[in-house]
Amino acid sequence: MDTRKLFILPLVAIAAMFAYAPYAIHAAPYESTMGLVQKIFYFHVPAAMAMFLSAFVCGIASAVFLFGRKEKADRLALSAAELTVLFGLIVLISGPLWARKAWGVWWQWDARLTSTLILWLVFQAYLLLRRYGGPGSDRLAAGVAIFGAANVPFVYWSVNVWRTLHPPTNVVRTLEPEMMWPFMWSAIAYLGLYGLMLAARYRLENRRAELEEIYLAAED
Amino acid sequence: MKRNHILRDPRALMTAIAMIVMLVISVGPASAQQPQPDQDGYVAVTDLDLAQEQLPAAPLVMAAYAIAWLAVFGYLWSIWQRLTRVERELAEVSRRIQPETRR
Repeated sequence: MDTRKLFILPLVAIAAMFAYAPYAIHAAPYESTMGLVQKIFYFHVPAAMAMFLSAFVCGIASAVFLFGRKEKADRLALSAAELTVLFGLIVLISGPLWARKAWGVWWQWDARLTSTLILWLVFQAYLLLRRYGGPGSDRLAAGVAIFGAANVPFVYWSVNVWRTLHPPTNVVRTLEPEMMWPFMWSAIAYLGLYGLMLAARYRLENRRAELEEIYLAAED
Repeated sequence: MKRNHILRDPRALMTAIAMIVMLVISVGPASAQQPQPDQDGYVAVTDLDLAQEQLPAAPLVMAAYAIAWLAVFGYLWSIWQRLTRVERELAEVSRRIQPETRR
């Protein structure tokens, strides 16, 4: 499949999201205590969902690589780790922008925010290991990724277990219908976009492996 | 080569199980001690006087949206660039290798 064709679907998805974003801002009702700033929720939470999903994909693929020695799984893990960091960055920037208005501070060292930052740093560590770790770092990085994925349930439930300023997980479940539809649309669009970006990134990693094989074959 | 497998090492397996059990036990009482926040969720309203806001929310909302889009677009552009470079190199290497293999 031609590279350009591979990018048509993500671009159409992004265009659809762009077209819908102003509608979501204006059509969804305001939240009674937070007002306009609560609309960050429609991007912040789907980005967090994509980050969690990506961390799981990376962790599972790393386990398959570590215990099954499947090179393809390692390529998928590397692709997913990069996307975990990307969506984590969106979460960690949009969250404080929301917090500044809702809580009066940019950052609070509470369980949810701190554990999310740690999760993001774990996947940053994975990428640094892969880039600068030298020979054998792929297996070490796979161990780090499994540790990172195991952190996801703790990050998710941290708001229900520890006292925190962050809204609890039942906020999504108890959304009023006028808020639920824009949220669901945004979540589906974000997760679809994540899938397409992962496919594109995985293709890049496969092509790199092909190139490496050709060079090795030429040397022999 | 013999692989170092956690499932085949009883000591490592026991340590991992002990750590998980300790973590679960420590979370239980912590959950019981912590006062729970308000569980009512969001309440929607249709009218809001934005002029009354001391700290305007609009720039924060716009900044959040803009950063999300910039990050996604920037990353897609980066993949596009890297993929184009690798495919160009692949085509070039294949072209160089083919005449050599014919000889």
